[in-house]
Amino acid sequence: MRRKSEPKNHMSCELRAVSVNESVCRAIIGVFLAPENPTATELADIKCAVSEAVTNAIVHGYGAGNEGIVYLGAEIYPDRTVRITVRDKGKGIEDIALARRPLYTTDTSGERSGMGFSVMESFTDRLRVLSRPGAGTRITMYKRLS
Amino acid sequence: MLTRDHVSFDLENGEGILTARLSGEIDHHTARIFREEIDRALLRETPRALTLDFSGVGFMDSSGIGLIVGRLEMAREIGATLTLSGLSQRLCRLLELSGVDRLCGIVISKSTEREDLFHETEIRT
Ligand SMILES: Nc1ncnc2c1ncn2[C@@H]1O[C@H](COP(=O)(O)OP(=O)(O)OP(=O)(O)O)[C@@H](O)[C@H]1O
Ligand SMILES: [Mg+2]
Repeated sequence: MRRKSEPKNHMSCELRAVSVNESVCRAIIGVFLAPENPTATELADIKCAVSEAVTNAIVHGYGAGNEGIVYLGAEIYPDRTVRITVRDKGKGIEDIALARRPLYTTDTSGERSGMGFSVMESFTDRLRVLSRPGAGTRITMYKRLS
Repeated sequence: MLTRDHVSFDLENGEGILTARLSGEIDHHTARIFREEIDRALLRETPRALTLDFSGVGFMDSSGIGLIVGRLEMAREIGATLTLSGLSQRLCRLLELSGVDRLCGIVISKSTEREDLFHETEIRT
């Protein structure tokens, strides 16, 4: 789904990797997409997917107590495809295929379900995960609005 | 009643049934607050049944699934059953997606009282 055309709008921002910014990122993406009049379901799907990616950057990428920046970017293309990027410079993922499996989690607190990637996958049209251990992770999600 | 961030809930305890009404948005940031309050009440009241009422929840992501599974385990430890109520269609979709319904034996049935709330869900522990 590589776009040949130029985006008709784009935005990017940096946020401190703290949990309060999970809801901030959902709000930002909602405001950015508002002029496109997405349906309530489309908007809820996108907000949920963004929330998953940003939470992962904060929880897994940097981990509790570590300083870091979460990068959130979005583009809207003329065919109403939305491309969202969530990036961190955290610890990265060793085995991406394993990490993407439903119910897979490295969390040991018993409070994470390992469903984040599955949620991102089912609430968007396409999910790309790029990651390098020690360097960070980039999540790219595509969703075409009706 | 407790209000912190965009989160509020209250607990009712009659006849050994503890009802926690969750409202606001459930994400990783707020899940901790819900978790602490529910677990504190569970350990204090040791009810025979715990009900989590989601009718006031406007947003939930996989952190909410973790919250539910974690409370299911807590309830099991003290010998209580867990029931989920007031789930919107959207929340049900998330639960089905996660397979939590199959894992925990959740029963999803239509709620007759309110159109916008579809389901009364019971987890058999
Ligand atoms: N940005 C990231 N940096 C490093 N590791 C990551 C990142 N995102 C995901 N992971 C790894 O992939 C695993 C699976 O992620 P996923 O979001 O599916 O589940 P989870 O975050 O563990 O649980 P849940 O999202 O259900 O609360 C994580 O446990 C973690 O090990
Ligand atoms: Mg996650």
